[in-house]
Amino acid sequence: MSRPRSEGGASLSRTRLGDLYQAWLHHHRLSAADSLHRVVDQPLSSLMTWLVIGIALALPVGLSVALDNAAELSSRWDSPTQISVFLQPAVDESAARDLATTIEARGDIQAVRLITRDAALAEFGALSGFADVVASLDQNPLPNLLLVTPDEGLDGPAIAALRDALAAQAPVDDAVLDMAWLQRLNSLMALGRKLVLAVGALLLCGVVLILGNTIRLAIENRREEIVIVKLVGGSNAFVRRPFLYTGLWYGVGGGAVAGLVVSAALWFLEIPVGNLAALYQSSFELSGLGVMGALNLVILGGILGLAGAWLAVGRHLSAIEPR
Amino acid sequence: MIRFERVSKRYAEGHDALRDVSFEIARDDLVFLTGHSGAGKSTLMRLIMLMDRASRGTVEVDGRDLATVSSRRIPQHRRNIGVVFQNHQLLNDRSVFDNVALPLVISGYDHREIGRRVRAALDKVGLLDRERANPVTLSGGEQQRVGIARAVAGRPKILLADEPTGNLDPELSAEIMRLFESFNQVGVTVLIASHDLALISRLRHRILTLRDGRLVSGGAL
Repeated sequence: MSRPRSEGGASLSRTRLGDLYQAWLHHHRLSAADSLHRVVDQPLSSLMTWLVIGIALALPVGLSVALDNAAELSSRWDSPTQISVFLQPAVDESAARDLATTIEARGDIQAVRLITRDAALAEFGALSGFADVVASLDQNPLPNLLLVTPDEGLDGPAIAALRDALAAQAPVDDAVLDMAWLQRLNSLMALGRKLVLAVGALLLCGVVLILGNTIRLAIENRREEIVIVKLVGGSNAFVRRPFLYTGLWYGVGGGAVAGLVVSAALWFLEIPVGNLAALYQSSFELSGLGVMGALNLVILGGILGLAGAWLAVGRHLSAIEPR
Repeated sequence: MIRFERVSKRYAEGHDALRDVSFEIARDDLVFLTGHSGAGKSTLMRLIMLMDRASRGTVEVDGRDLATVSSRRIPQHRRNIGVVFQNHQLLNDRSVFDNVALPLVISGYDHREIGRRVRAALDKVGLLDRERANPVTLSGGEQQRVGIARAVAGRPKILLADEPTGNLDPELSAEIMRLFESFNQVGVTVLIASHDLALISRLRHRILTLRDGRLVSGGAL
């Protein structure tokens, strides 16, 4: 039975609960379709709204993806920790080899690799592109270098102590813990993450406000219609519905645009990053949003759209009453 | 069906729109409401529609004291009243069919029933062949008939009309009034505000006359 009970000429129009549910569902479908129609009917202004929202969402999301990639990269460098032991310039290659053997004999050392000053100069020449300059040098300015890899079990303070012990040896000029810059990088990234969160929160607020304003304009444009609907018995929920859907469509479209923008940016960066990684003998690849990430972005857009619409509708709809 | 008991309405700016108005309209009655402009006709209609609330006195519609109807229940209240406006109040971006269907969509009828009732109402006002038309393409009289079809599509118990013939020539006005009489004959309580005394005095129905917010004639049953 999907037919209202009252069939008599002037009897009270009353519908059953099941029918009301059906009607509610039907009106949701109707509102959704009608709102979508209105959004698509004005492709240019809708596109503008989508772009504004998309770009505002793409900024924090893109930064966050970049940070994720940086974190992925730095985690590869996290281990093994290395101590670079620079020897005095006077120490020749055979003495360096002896020292390497001595250090390797310690219990807390995993491996020691000797990079002779000649090898270091050759590598520097090759990587820096200054091979000609390097070849023209009268004498090699580089010292011999021992790359010491501590035992894996050692924690931060123990490694620092090891570094001090190595630095105290007579032929050693300086011992540098390669962790230091990594720690700096990590704390920089933690700061970056906080910044992205702050900027992201601001931009999300912006998106909600932009959508709220767009919906407010839509409400103003349809003021007359709202008055009529209220006069013939439309509830606030009934009047609200199409506007909430309008917000939803703007938000979802904006989320999709944001996904596209971030993907395009990643695609744009993929080849240069690959080249850079190859220079560092790394197989690092940019990781993108992924299907789930893009889906989340669209859902986030939808939620923001609804929030903005709710804000506008709550503020402006109740003010429109039949006069 | 509609009962006013010592109703006064004073607007915030201190203007007394209605003073101590009492009358009763029985079920199946057709009553005209007249008076010069500013006499309180619209205010009286607005009180019945709950677009305003009385400052003093009791307004009862269908046995219910309107003071007990909360703001949340106002839409429900309005669904039981069909309203016809002088300026039609049609949605010009929708077809005639969709305009008439609006109160039915709001009340939550399923679409088959909506189609049936809309066509029945349009048939009644003689506009069945214009259901796909846009209201702006219709003449004033036709637009008013669409407004009437919308008001009766939900088969309300009460039909209110505020100057329904205000912009129409005498012949069309008489036709519109005949339409209201036909709804009254099937049991709808009809209240029509009009200042067209020549027309309504010919029709031999009860006439409520307002002057400066007071009911000066027609109050007694």
